[in-house]
Amino acid sequence: MFFTLLFSFLKIGLFTFGGGYAMLALIQDEVVVKHGWITSQEFADIVAVSQMTPGPVGINTATYTGYTAMIGAGSSPWVAVVAGVLCSVAVVALPVVLMLLMVRLIDKFYDNATVRYTLRVLRMVVIGLIAAAAIRLVGPESFGSWSENPLQVVFSVAVFAAVFLLSLLPKKRISPIYLLIAAGAAGLLMGTIANN
Amino acid sequence: MLPLMEQELVDRRGWLSREEYLDCVALSQAMPGVLAVNMATSVGYRLKGLRGAAVAIVGNVLMPIVLILLLAVFFHTLRDNEWVARVFNGLRPAVVALIAAPVFQLSRSAQLTWRTAWIPLLAALLICLFGVSPVWIVLAAIVLGIIVKKLL
Repeated sequence: MFFTLLFSFLKIGLFTFGGGYAMLALIQDEVVVKHGWITSQEFADIVAVSQMTPGPVGINTATYTGYTAMIGAGSSPWVAVVAGVLCSVAVVALPVVLMLLMVRLIDKFYDNATVRYTLRVLRMVVIGLIAAAAIRLVGPESFGSWSENPLQVVFSVAVFAAVFLLSLLPKKRISPIYLLIAAGAAGLLMGTIANN
Repeated sequence: MLPLMEQELVDRRGWLSREEYLDCVALSQAMPGVLAVNMATSVGYRLKGLRGAAVAIVGNVLMPIVLILLLAVFFHTLRDNEWVARVFNGLRPAVVALIAAPVFQLSRSAQLTWRTAWIPLLAALLICLFGVSPVWIVLAAIVLGIIVKKLL
């Protein structure tokens, strides 16, 4: 499994165009949907922590996912830590090689009309990838189960709507970190009130 | 991270001209991978060759990797703590919202119109309903982009 995991992250790196959110769609497809190494809920937790931690989201998510996948497979924490680091290395390995090859051709490359056109198509496709990642996360793992705890589902939908609107509406962008801190605090408050 | 890089590399250190910096950004965005690491590669290589690239990459990812691993171990041991569980119950729906929001922001910056909206819609549909891997969607976009531009 260790090598399959690394191979997955090599693939994820090579096909990530358009930034961190696009990479989330690829990680989710490989690690949650295709191989089932981590659950959808674990994936949502990993993304939350990765967004709040400094550093590139892609690096954070790859490292944390690698760690969680190996722990889930019953490895010792040390093996899992090494796996986390190697997943990070794997996710950037092929892009770095490509970058080094392209740096010398930089001007010729980006002025090419076909390259520019293809990048425009890719930007549009990536929107679909990110939408799919969000849709796939909607479910009892992230929003709670209606039959077990309807209050949590109502609460989750309210948090979703609030964060969604607050990240789109204001002219001056609110950092996702603050939105996540607020959502975490709301969860803590809600859970504590509901339990008493 | 890009505004920070621009400030440090162009304004404060003067290692790159504004134009060179923008060249690096353009190439880093055009190539696959993690944007910040691509930037480190191109800027490091421009300044000091292969060694420069290696140092820049390690400098860029070392602290984040150490930090996220510490958090991973920390949260793993606290997974069954009910206070932590409550916080995550609030975080999860927020994460879904944070992933959904850029769909609308990116639609604007990608200059999506009613004539091109079928492209992301089809991509999302293929992934969610038919389980097509995003890898194939990206590959298809590259191949079709090249074919359409060369033929039309």
